[in-house]
Amino acid sequence: MKKASIGNPFISSPYVVWSAIFIIVPLLMVAYYSFTDANGNFTFSNIAALANYKEIFLTSIGYAAVATLISLLIAYPLAYFMTKTKLSTQGTLMMLVMLPMWMNFLIRTYSWITILANTGLINTFLGKLGIGPLQLINTPAAVILGMIYNYLPYMILPIYSVMSKLDNSLLEAAGDLGSNALSKLSRVILPLSMPGVISGITMVFVPSVSTFYISQKLGGGKNMLIGDVIEMQFQSSYNYNLGAALSLVLMVLILICVAVMNRFADDDGGVII
Amino acid sequence: MKNENIIELKNISISFGEQTVLDSLNLYIRDGEFVTLLGPSGCGKTTTLRIIGGFEEPDSGDVLFNGSRINNVPSYKRQVNTIFQRYALFPHLNVYENIAFGMRVKKMKEKDIKEKVNEMLKLVNLEGLQKRKIDTLSGGQQQRVAIARALANEPKVLLLDEPLAALDLKLRKDMQNELKKIQKSLGITFIFVTHDQEEALTMSDTVVVMDAGKIQQIGTPKDIYNEPKNAFVADFIGESNILDGVMKEDFVAEFSGATFKCLDSGFNKNEAVDVVVRPEDVDIVSEDKGMLKGVVTSVTFLGVHYEIIVDIGGFKWMIQTTDEAFEGDTVGLYIEPDAIHIMKKSEYSGLYGDYSSYSEEHDRLSDTEPIEEEKNEESFNW
Repeated sequence: MKKASIGNPFISSPYVVWSAIFIIVPLLMVAYYSFTDANGNFTFSNIAALANYKEIFLTSIGYAAVATLISLLIAYPLAYFMTKTKLSTQGTLMMLVMLPMWMNFLIRTYSWITILANTGLINTFLGKLGIGPLQLINTPAAVILGMIYNYLPYMILPIYSVMSKLDNSLLEAAGDLGSNALSKLSRVILPLSMPGVISGITMVFVPSVSTFYISQKLGGGKNMLIGDVIEMQFQSSYNYNLGAALSLVLMVLILICVAVMNRFADDDGGVII
Repeated sequence: MKNENIIELKNISISFGEQTVLDSLNLYIRDGEFVTLLGPSGCGKTTTLRIIGGFEEPDSGDVLFNGSRINNVPSYKRQVNTIFQRYALFPHLNVYENIAFGMRVKKMKEKDIKEKVNEMLKLVNLEGLQKRKIDTLSGGQQQRVAIARALANEPKVLLLDEPLAALDLKLRKDMQNELKKIQKSLGITFIFVTHDQEEALTMSDTVVVMDAGKIQQIGTPKDIYNEPKNAFVADFIGESNILDGVMKEDFVAEFSGATFKCLDSGFNKNEAVDVVVRPEDVDIVSEDKGMLKGVVTSVTFLGVHYEIIVDIGGFKWMIQTTDEAFEGDTVGLYIEPDAIHIMKKSEYSGLYGDYSSYSEEHDRLSDTEPIEEEKNEESFNW
């Protein structure tokens, strides 16, 4: 190990420079803006102003939590089912999971408008049956649907990856020791796939909690999330300092979430992908 | 008559895709026996075990347990437990929980579980390691946990799939004795799969030699070694000189251009046969006293004895003896009548040549199935 690292300072230098310019410096700038006012003087007023946004913070976390939970409920059985199919089928299914991700995120989200709108696909169809129109777009459900649709693959992939590595002889051993299918699931598969589950939860929850585009397009401005507030500070209010403070707190919240989850994974002896 | 067979396999056939793995196999296993299924890799021994364990269903034939058919009984309802080749211990559970697994599934009382786990830990000499994680254990310790985990369910039959293959030689010997001891003290049936003939001979009451999905011979270790049924068994179990011969009449055989007295009878007059002479049963004597004459082509010192290759009329004999000889010597061979074993010709006749390509042969014989490298094997304090 040590030997291989002789060349590392040289090889890794582009990455070090890159991360310094595009990660470290911006982070420092966020911190700087958070604690200064428009004139560049040190202040806590931005942080103090966050109290006004408590509800939006909670809403964002609530939406993201629901989206994450539903993603998990969809992804877990799906990933399990995928590992039980033939290897070639697994490849095809994986393709299908990835396929939507090849399309632009904005277009993907935008297309849901044409499906959910009052004159959209679903309501037109329902209209022909004499039902509706139902209010589908601009609802919390639409926002959560958008989150699930966009981030579901990030839940499926890590769970699938952990499950496909699960040693089949462990399941045979569980059967040998008297476990039926249900008990195999609860006593062996579930605990051993926890690292994938936790990694999936992180990968869905983090982008969901900070999204602004999905809530704008599918929430119609009525369902503002913390991401929208931050965007507004930069795009329309030109209050960089408040925007930075909001971002900073969101970042800290996310860090805490991730740390808690990692602790879970460590207890199970698992690793985050 | 009382039916003593705990397991009966009747006309079992199974194939995976094109490949026939077991071909009308019949096997009866008595209660309380230590039975070993022995054969080269791919002979169907593990598949046989998996059929008994309920992990494979045969294409045709019946599996009987205590006289009742269990073909469709899933593994979790069978009164057998398995020790898997790589142990298949649960990495998310510690030693205690691994052993308790089966009892927890059965929802036994916590007090009974604790008692049983401690009893099992004592049985396999792992007291004090309850809290340890599986990946902190050595291979030998993991092996013991696997044994304890299986036995904690009080199975009627314990299936062992090459359980010692991943252990180093010394530990393997210790475990062989240990397993035999456990089997005797519990009095339950062990069905043990191995490709290691020495292991099979040491441990078993009955050895089942398998090849190509068929049983070649069933017998006690002594029978299998002394009275191999065909050339395959003779070659697979120990070293053998297998020669073409002719049975002149009862108790008289001819091979290598000479006539020998032997103890075998019941063959047709002048029937072509395979003759087996074990290397340790041949004495090297002076040229004039020998029944056969030949030239020594190689001498290897192995500590306990010499391994000497003697060329007799183009057939290279292997001889194991404590008498020293030198390359190039012309020597005589002396063979007692009881050292000669006559076998009927079989599909295996002629497949096993002499010892002219000895080194290759040796490689093939010591060829084992791929074994995971053993990590931090520590010696044991018993």
